[in-house]
Amino acid sequence: MLYEPAPMMADDPALIACRECDLLVRPAAASASPQASALCPRCGALLYRCSGNSLENTLALACAALVLLIIANAFPVVSLDIQGQRLDATVFGAALQLWREDMPAVALLVLATTSLIPFLEIGSVIWLTLPLLYGRRPAGFARVFRALQGAHPWAMVEVFILGILVSLVKLAHLADVLPGPAMLGFALLMLVLAAISSIIEPRALWQAWEEARE
Amino acid sequence: MTTVQAAALGKAECPTCGQLGSPAEHPACRRCGTLLHLRKPNSLQRSWALLIAAFVLYLPANLLPIMETHSLFGPQKDTIMSGVVYLWSSGSWILALVVFVASVAVPLLKLVSLTLLLISVQRRWQHQPLQRAKLYRFLELIGRWSMLDVFVVTILVTLVQVQTLATIHPGPGVLAFAAVVILSMLATMAFEPRLIWDAVDNSPRKEINP
Ligand SMILES: [Zn+2]
Ligand SMILES: [Zn+2]
Repeated sequence: MLYEPAPMMADDPALIACRECDLLVRPAAASASPQASALCPRCGALLYRCSGNSLENTLALACAALVLLIIANAFPVVSLDIQGQRLDATVFGAALQLWREDMPAVALLVLATTSLIPFLEIGSVIWLTLPLLYGRRPAGFARVFRALQGAHPWAMVEVFILGILVSLVKLAHLADVLPGPAMLGFALLMLVLAAISSIIEPRALWQAWEEARE
Repeated sequence: MTTVQAAALGKAECPTCGQLGSPAEHPACRRCGTLLHLRKPNSLQRSWALLIAAFVLYLPANLLPIMETHSLFGPQKDTIMSGVVYLWSSGSWILALVVFVASVAVPLLKLVSLTLLLISVQRRWQHQPLQRAKLYRFLELIGRWSMLDVFVVTILVTLVQVQTLATIHPGPGVLAFAAVVILSMLATMAFEPRLIWDAVDNSPRKEINP
């Protein structure tokens, strides 16, 4: 059956399209109250989420994440004690070791996924939310927003933590292994990053951008 | 309930800011300047190319050693699978299972499922779009966990550098394995999930694929 769209429907500003199945949805029809998250009625993808007071919360969490990420990078992740000889592994030291072992591509990949990209992600969240909170438009908003979207899948803090746990087990028969302060840093960072990505809502951020001064 | 796809009205959602735009009238989003497309351009070709590259590297990733240990007991080469076997035989069954799922099951599941999804949208299958959409969402979630072994090798190589006892060096397999993970993540991102529903909605083909 051919569908003939009503002419006024196409320009309804309240309409949104599902990102995964392209279904046109009127938000009021998708959820009972505008404060709740809404899922696509056809494919179940998240249309938008509840974002009450999210700017302040997002900024606070991003600042906490920044501190945790600095701790996670400054201190050793794991230390090894072999016959009185102590060896530390920091993220940067690990990447450097891979580089020396003639694996520059893998070294860069590890450094990027555990350190550089999380820095980029947290930095852009702060860049976007701090001026908005004071009613000003951040410089290069669209570009930074796209960088944040692009960076997100490549930050692999939680996978790195699992990697540390597996290494601890594999090393246990060789020597005394001690989890370093960075391990705790990474674990907390994982939780904070998960919290940030669960409250950040693109539509709400852009709404705030539209309301802010040039 | 009648369902209307945005593309049927010539509308596309801006991937950056979520506003609806008409790419035919305004190629760039009027709010944020992002280029609008009804569908990701060339998603099938790009996804296939990346997927095939991942398939090609899958064999060396699993057959070549990911690390080489030199110890008092002589040199020893470890592949992905022998690492799992080692964990299993040393009694860490849960961890062996975790590593097996992340390093063996997930990459294979991802490559096979994405192949299936690509074939299904190319053949314009109409059945079970919801299951396929859910499968795609699942693939996006699990891909990153395959980086596990790359991180494990990195940490072992950094810590085990005691000349008198043992040294561990990365093997060529770790490079191939990392490439498989990256390529299959890129292939998944290049895939266009809306194509799954296009076959169902019977949207005019020419409008969808300019
Ligand atoms: Zn949908
Ligand atoms: Zn836009």
